[in-house]
Amino acid sequence: MTDRHLTDAGHDEVGAGRVTGVADAADTQNETETATQGSLWSDAWKALRKSVLFWLGAVLGVGFILMAVFPQLFARGAKPRDCDLANSADPPSAAHWFGFDQQGCDYLAQVVYGARNSLIIGVLAVLFILLLGVIVGAIAGFYGGFTDGLLSRVADIFYAMPLILGALVLLRVGPSTDIPVISDRGAGAVAIALAAFGWMTAMRLVRSQVISVKSGDYVAAARAMGAGDTRILVRHILPNAVAPVLVYATITVGILIAAEATLTFLGVGLQRPAISWGLQINEGQNLLRTAPHIVLFPSAVLTLTVMAFILMGDALRDALDPRQRS
Amino acid sequence: MGRYVARRLLLTIPVMLGASFLIFAMVFALPGDPIAALAGDRPIAPAVAAQLRDDFNLGDPLWLQYAKYVGDLVQGDFGTDFAGRPVLDTILQRLPVTAKLALVAVLFEIVIGIVAGVLAGIRRNSFFDNLVLVSTTIVVSVPILVLAFLAQFVFGLKLELFPIAGVRDGWYSYLLPGLVLAAGSVAYVARLTRTSMAENLRADYVRTARAKGLKPSTVVVRHTLRNSLIPVVTFIGADIGTLMGGAIVTETVFNIPGIGRAVFESIQRQEGAVVVGIVTLLVFFFIFFNLVVDVLYAVLDPRIRYD
Repeated sequence: MTDRHLTDAGHDEVGAGRVTGVADAADTQNETETATQGSLWSDAWKALRKSVLFWLGAVLGVGFILMAVFPQLFARGAKPRDCDLANSADPPSAAHWFGFDQQGCDYLAQVVYGARNSLIIGVLAVLFILLLGVIVGAIAGFYGGFTDGLLSRVADIFYAMPLILGALVLLRVGPSTDIPVISDRGAGAVAIALAAFGWMTAMRLVRSQVISVKSGDYVAAARAMGAGDTRILVRHILPNAVAPVLVYATITVGILIAAEATLTFLGVGLQRPAISWGLQINEGQNLLRTAPHIVLFPSAVLTLTVMAFILMGDALRDALDPRQRS
Repeated sequence: MGRYVARRLLLTIPVMLGASFLIFAMVFALPGDPIAALAGDRPIAPAVAAQLRDDFNLGDPLWLQYAKYVGDLVQGDFGTDFAGRPVLDTILQRLPVTAKLALVAVLFEIVIGIVAGVLAGIRRNSFFDNLVLVSTTIVVSVPILVLAFLAQFVFGLKLELFPIAGVRDGWYSYLLPGLVLAAGSVAYVARLTRTSMAENLRADYVRTARAKGLKPSTVVVRHTLRNSLIPVVTFIGADIGTLMGGAIVTETVFNIPGIGRAVFESIQRQEGAVVVGIVTLLVFFFIFFNLVVDVLYAVLDPRIRYD
């Protein structure tokens, strides 16, 4: 193996990293050979830095991630499982900002500790979606013809089914099966159910990107130099799909977090004693008249979380779209 | 055009078959006994269980169960639920409710969405334009679950303007859930109309119309708006199919006896026949309205030809 091959192998890893959307602007700048792409990302960063909405989303997003990782920082010393029925459904006060839930638990702690499950499920589901979407989309777009027709019809079938409906059925029948993760009613099951019925948009994105660049001269050049299918796909074609997929993934994390709360609210997602915003909203729904804070606080935090990802994704799209630059 | 529609109609068949098989397989193929789940804590008499198994073809291999199901379906027989009630009865009873809800939602999309979008598009970068941009960003970020409870709390409990559950007040009780169901689409329609208006206002034919000395209102309404509405109309058309399938949460929170709640209840009871029947129908609506929209596109915009 020559030095050239070794550097190529190194690049392949970087390329693969970028496909999953984990490589950031700084990474790509270090690559000398992708001068044009480096400038795309640095231009995008310049535009992002000036966007108020991006910073708003970023601050909310960082706050949410901190809350998920270090909930004790936000709970003002209260423990989520430290409950006293004497305080049942008490309204917010100076000492307990979010009041108490029906079991008499400090509600600020309850809501804060709920962030972790939302983050885990949102991120896991997006990773599954990207994995499935990139693989299926790349195969469909690259090979075309019958393969593309078949895979696109399969995507059509899933596309015709509402996300919540499909996930609802899968999660309802899941526990009575003995399939490992699906049957345990945990975060993994919810993430898999969301990905199983939500991968189609990522697939279509990747597919269209692959089709639009695969006839390019540089792909022909790579092939002329003897590169195989996998190498051309991973190294020359997929990096083009990184920008739209990154935008899509950012927004989708928010949407999936909302979907998780919805499924849990409907009773098929996370189960007690897990702490989840969906469960909290479910518990509070019959107390809306007497103790509205039980529904309203998790709802507000859930909304801000979803908003964080949508704001970041929108700003990222504007920054990465060269047609919008003047 | 006729050939295009015929081809598209033929293409819907594999998608519908695929979608219904997917649901069918999830409900019936996954290990687990629906009859035992139906019986719950009270044990069921073995003879009754055997009869039910026979009625629902549970002893056959999956593909044969599905083939029998589709065979009945094309003859208009949706099967019966475990209590012996025809699924078609449930559908016919619940569907009008959801159709009303979807109609109310579409009216909100047309009235609020298009008006806001047109006004924002005409006066770009004005205060109103920015208001539309900010408010649509907020609205798309609020999960429908949260929006439903917020609407109940503010308009139902605090202001006491609307009923918060059921459909006893006729059309009036559909307004609040309709708005909740439509909210995301209203925001999208407003944005779409705004972008489309702003783009067309820069077009050559609009400059020509102005140069001819037409009144500004004529230029906007007759020349710009008509062209700008093409993508909006097609979005709203396709959205009807989405709204019908997406009403589960709204109907559950507002306690509306529509098709969404019916499918949710039957999923919980693991009533396979009802779930598969309703989902197949919802998928059909989704495909049907998308097809209508594609045909409509060619009618509205003569530049598009399918043949």
